[in-house]
This record gives sequence, C-alpha cells and structure tokens, in this order.
Amino acid sequence: MEAFVRLNGLVAPLDRANVDTDAIIPKQFLKSIKRSGFGPNLFDEWRYLDVGQPGQESTHRPRNPDFVLNQPRFQGAQILLARKNFGCGSSREHAPWALLDFGFRAVVAESFADIFFNNCFKNGILPITLPAAEIDALFAAVSATPGYRLLIDLERQLIERPDGISLPFAIDAYRKERLLNGWDDIGLTLRHADIIREFEERRRREQPWLFCG
Amino acid sequence: MSQNSPQTLYDKLWQSHVVLEQDDGSALIYIDRHLIHEVTSPQAFEGLKLAKRQPWRISSVVATADHNTPTNHWERGIEDPVSRLQVETLDANINEFGALAYYPFKDARQGIVHVVGPENGATLPGMTVVCGDSHTSTHGAFACMAHGIGTSEVEHVLATQCLVQKKSKTMLVRVEGQLRRGVSAKDIALAVIGSIGTAGGTGYAIEFAGSAIRALSIEGRMTLCNMAIEAGARMGFVAVDQTTIDYLKGRPFAPKGDDWERAVASWRQLTSDEGARFDQVVELRAEAIDPLVTWGTSPEMVVSVKGRVPDPASFADPVKREGAERALAYMGLAPNQSVESIAIDKVFIGSCTNSRIEDLRAAACVLKGRHIAANVKLALAVPGSGLVKRQAEAEGLDKVFVAAGFEWREPGCSMCLAMNADRLEPGERCASTSNRNFEGRQGAGGRTHLVSPQMAAAAAIAGRFADVREIV
Repeated sequence: MEAFVRLNGLVAPLDRANVDTDAIIPKQFLKSIKRSGFGPNLFDEWRYLDVGQPGQESTHRPRNPDFVLNQPRFQGAQILLARKNFGCGSSREHAPWALLDFGFRAVVAESFADIFFNNCFKNGILPITLPAAEIDALFAAVSATPGYRLLIDLERQLIERPDGISLPFAIDAYRKERLLNGWDDIGLTLRHADIIREFEERRRREQPWLFCG
Repeated sequence: MSQNSPQTLYDKLWQSHVVLEQDDGSALIYIDRHLIHEVTSPQAFEGLKLAKRQPWRISSVVATADHNTPTNHWERGIEDPVSRLQVETLDANINEFGALAYYPFKDARQGIVHVVGPENGATLPGMTVVCGDSHTSTHGAFACMAHGIGTSEVEHVLATQCLVQKKSKTMLVRVEGQLRRGVSAKDIALAVIGSIGTAGGTGYAIEFAGSAIRALSIEGRMTLCNMAIEAGARMGFVAVDQTTIDYLKGRPFAPKGDDWERAVASWRQLTSDEGARFDQVVELRAEAIDPLVTWGTSPEMVVSVKGRVPDPASFADPVKREGAERALAYMGLAPNQSVESIAIDKVFIGSCTNSRIEDLRAAACVLKGRHIAANVKLALAVPGSGLVKRQAEAEGLDKVFVAAGFEWREPGCSMCLAMNADRLEPGERCASTSNRNFEGRQGAGGRTHLVSPQMAAAAAIAGRFADVREIV
C-alpha cells in the first residue's frame, strides 16, 4: 500500500447525499478477479450515457457532460468532496479500488458508511469527516473558484484551505500510523501470532462446537 | 466498568472475542466463522498466495457461489464467460486451500451465502461471523457479532483469523406489541430505517428486542438483521431464546450429544442483562406499522402502502430536498401520487432478505388461486438455497407460484443485484423483496420498490402496489 503523508490536490465536488457503492462501481464490473483497472468505470452510470460492460474500452463511450468528473476544470482531481453517508450499501472494496485507480487519494465528506470508510484505509485512501458547516463552505468555495486545491497534512491532521484557514480532522492513531507508513495490516497482526494461537486453543477447549470440522 | 455491572449482549459478544487490546482503543477480534462467495474473495486468495501465506484456520470457512450463478437453464452452465471465470476461480481456490464446507454451483445445498450458513448450522450463537458481503448482518439473528468486510479484510481473516476492530456504540431498537395481519419482519426493518435513516445506525451495533421481535421466527429475525446495514449499522442482532435453540437442533454443523447441552447452556447467557445501558434507544409500536413500500432510491425513502409519494418541497433540508427531487425524477414518480396508483412491470421474490421458506409460504398464501396482472411482464420466485427450493416443492409452493404466472427458478442472488442475467431493463419498475433500491441496483435505469413477500405478491396480482390486507 502506498503511504499517505501530505497531499496537495485539486478538489472535485460530488454534491449529493447517500452516494452508494453501487453508484461508485456498478455490479457488472465486480466480475473481475483483479484489484486494478476499475478507474474507467468509476461512477459509470453517471459518467457515461450508455451502459458500460466489463472489458469494454471506455475511451470513446459517450460521456454525460453534466456529470462533475467530466467537466474540464476537475480533470486530475485527487480529492473528492462529498456529503453525508458517502459509500453506503455494498461492502465491495471495488469502490475504493475504483476511486484510487481514477486518481483519488482522499475523500472529504460530512459522514461515511462504516465498511467503505474501513476499506479506504486498506488502500491508502484517506477518508476525512468534517462538520456540515465546513463541508458547506468547501462546496461553495470549490464552485466559486476554478482550480480550487486543498493541502491535506496527515501528520498534523490538518486540511489547509487556500485562504489560509486550517481545518483540523480526527483519525484513529492506529490507522494514521499505518497510512503514514504504508504498512501491511496482516504483517502487523501476525506479530501477535502466539497470542492468537493461545486464545484460539483456550476457545477450542471451552467451546469445542465452534470448531467442528 | 466493574465485573458486576449489567452488560449488553454486544458487550458480552465483544469481550468474549478480544484477543488483544491495543493502546489506541482498537482490539484484535477473533473470527469464528468466515463465509466466502465468488465476488469478494478472488483478490483475497491472490493476495495470500502472492505473500506466500497459508490460511490460519481454513476449517472456519464455509463457501458457496451465489452472486453470478444463473437461476435457470443450469444444464447450459454459466454462459457469461466473465461470470464463469469468477465462479471457477472460487472452485480453484477452495480446491487448493480447502474449507469446512463448499456448496458449488449446482450443488444440492448451494444458495445465497446468508441462507446457506444458518440452514446448515454453520452459524451458531455467540460466534463472530464475517463475509465479504454487507448483508452478513443477517447472522445476527442468532446472537452473533456478524458483519460485512472488504476484500482486504477477507484476506486478513484468512491469514490471521482476526480483525482489528473498534468497539461500536450500542443502540437498542425495541418493538413492542403485536404486528397486524399482513405486516411482516420486512416492514419492521423498513419502518426502523424510515425512522432513524440510512445513516442513523452508523457507528452502532443494533440489538433488536421487544415482544414483537421475540414473536418473530428465526427467518423473520434474519430478515430484520439483514437490513440493519441499510440503517448504516455495522451489525444487528437478537438475543438467544427458545426459538433460536429450536431452529438449530439437528442441523449438520450444530453440536450434538453432550456438546449440545453444554452449548445450549452457554447460549442462554447471550442476552442483555437487566438494566444494561445502551447509547441510544429507539422504540416502535408494532401495531403502528403498516405494510410499507419504498418510493425513492434510498431505503429510508419509505411510506405506507396507503400513503403518497412525498412532495420534495416539503423537506426543509436542502440536501434532502434535492435528494427527493432526484429520486422522483429517477423513479418516474410525481409528488403526492398515491402509492396504490403506481403500476409495476416486474416482480422479484428472493434475495438474502426474503428468500427463505417462510417468505415463500407468505407469498404463496397470497397468490393461491390468483394470477398475476396482464401488465406484469415477469414475476420471479427465486428460493434462497437448494434446500429451501426442495422444501418449498415438497409443500407444493412451486405449483402455486407457477399457476399464478411466476417463474420458479434455481437458487441464487439473482435480481437483487443483477450480476447474472436476471435484471430490469431501463425504466422498468419492480416490486422487489430485496434490500436496496439504489439507482441501477437491479439493472441500469431500473426502478426498484422494496416490499415484503406478501406485498410483492399483492402487487403482482394487482399490477400495481396494493394493500395485501385487502386481498386476503
């Protein structure tokens, strides 16, 4: 996983609540057995005017000119600005894979759905929750300012706005450390292999029916 | 907290699975049961192989193919080559690594993973149950700590038998009273989501309790816990009672003999103690719940079958108002339109929410001696598993569905998410017993209204939404 330390990125606004993972990456693309290549189909039903199929080359498909990510001013965006309950619905990790493959490294929203939030951290994407008033202000600023960028500093847990105002954000210490270092979760957990084995053996003795087979 | 202070069921489930507490408040949680299907596992097995790691306890795995599998013409196999590759990849991974049980495509016990686990006794009270599937919350019906995970966590559980978790807050949803005729567990689920919203449960583990919940069968409890995720909760569960124990007795992976007695004694502890404190309490009266129909593109957009589609102008919050406007445009509905005036094109009875024997019985009871309306192009009945299908056929339910004009299909996820050939065409409107009415969920441009099996059957007969209480 790529480490996340600081990001100075262009912001793209997605101004709707309850964006679900079916919208982020529709089901037909979940048939892939790979982790990569989902970027061209990110928000497929909103981004294109036809219905996309897995394996199809997307370069020449008709685009929906009204969809925000198709607008020239948001090309190359690395920070997605969103509303409440972003990433709700299906647990598909294909959603963060698609965001990452498209180029997003951070999502700033009023709130996130739990599984999506968790999946982001496994893929080097930083999901940041901010109060509604700050999200409103960011939407207004992005809309009014072409080329609007934010500087995200994970070490200091701050988002710096171009007007000099800094927005602090919260993050679990464990997740922050992993993200800053790009660490592999499994390797960290396996440092405790002996403790896991001990726990498991006690459990097997006390409740053998949990271990049938 | 002292040892003697009253504990919630969630406290007990959490504490009994903590392997290690870390400094920042997260904990390493032991996983008892790992359910696997073909969509969210290939990259996890690949990651395991690339890192040259072995599965920690492969006998915790129960696997089946459900999302991509066709529900008819099984003799032709899986015709879509991309779907076939995904299912064959699962076959190959289980072949290489093993499993406690694998129910592949066409197996007599194959079916939707959340139907298959419980009916084989692979889901037992007090377990942690995970799966790369958000509807894993279903297994909370057995007083399990059960939740969906992403593919990286599937790999993490395969490799370590643990997950790094933070304890959730607790919410008690208490439903007292008696459900009225024609109202089911699905309506309770939709009523709860309508009441707290699709983000209302975010950060919470929900315990469903109260006399109306205790009166539900295990199937009904599974329907309810299944949809806890649609309220944003990581998990939902119900305390153990005699209903739980009676359901499990004699199932293939349930304990036997002395172990059964010991297990039952320990399972009976899986309730919240008297006086246990919850972070939030939500109370509903069962009598106040009508048969419900969703009108929009989020499960919280729900209204009584006797109600009307809301006017977006009535929402004070601008984000909600725009959401409602967008939903009405997508759904092709007008403000203040009565729900009973909405005509449908297709009906889907199935999914991990409502494909169990009780669901099929409830729908068949409405359909018996009746026929679907002329404007209904397709009505699908898709049993949740091979065992459910066989049981339904033994009861003659298949004949009731077919005589009513339904297609009686093979088990699978089917039109709940339309990864196989069962789907809506753009603009088509469906009365569906599934769990998500998101844009495009049942097919690009498709319009989904979530209802109970009884209400789906009533809609099939009327050709529009209809109050099941006025039909039977």
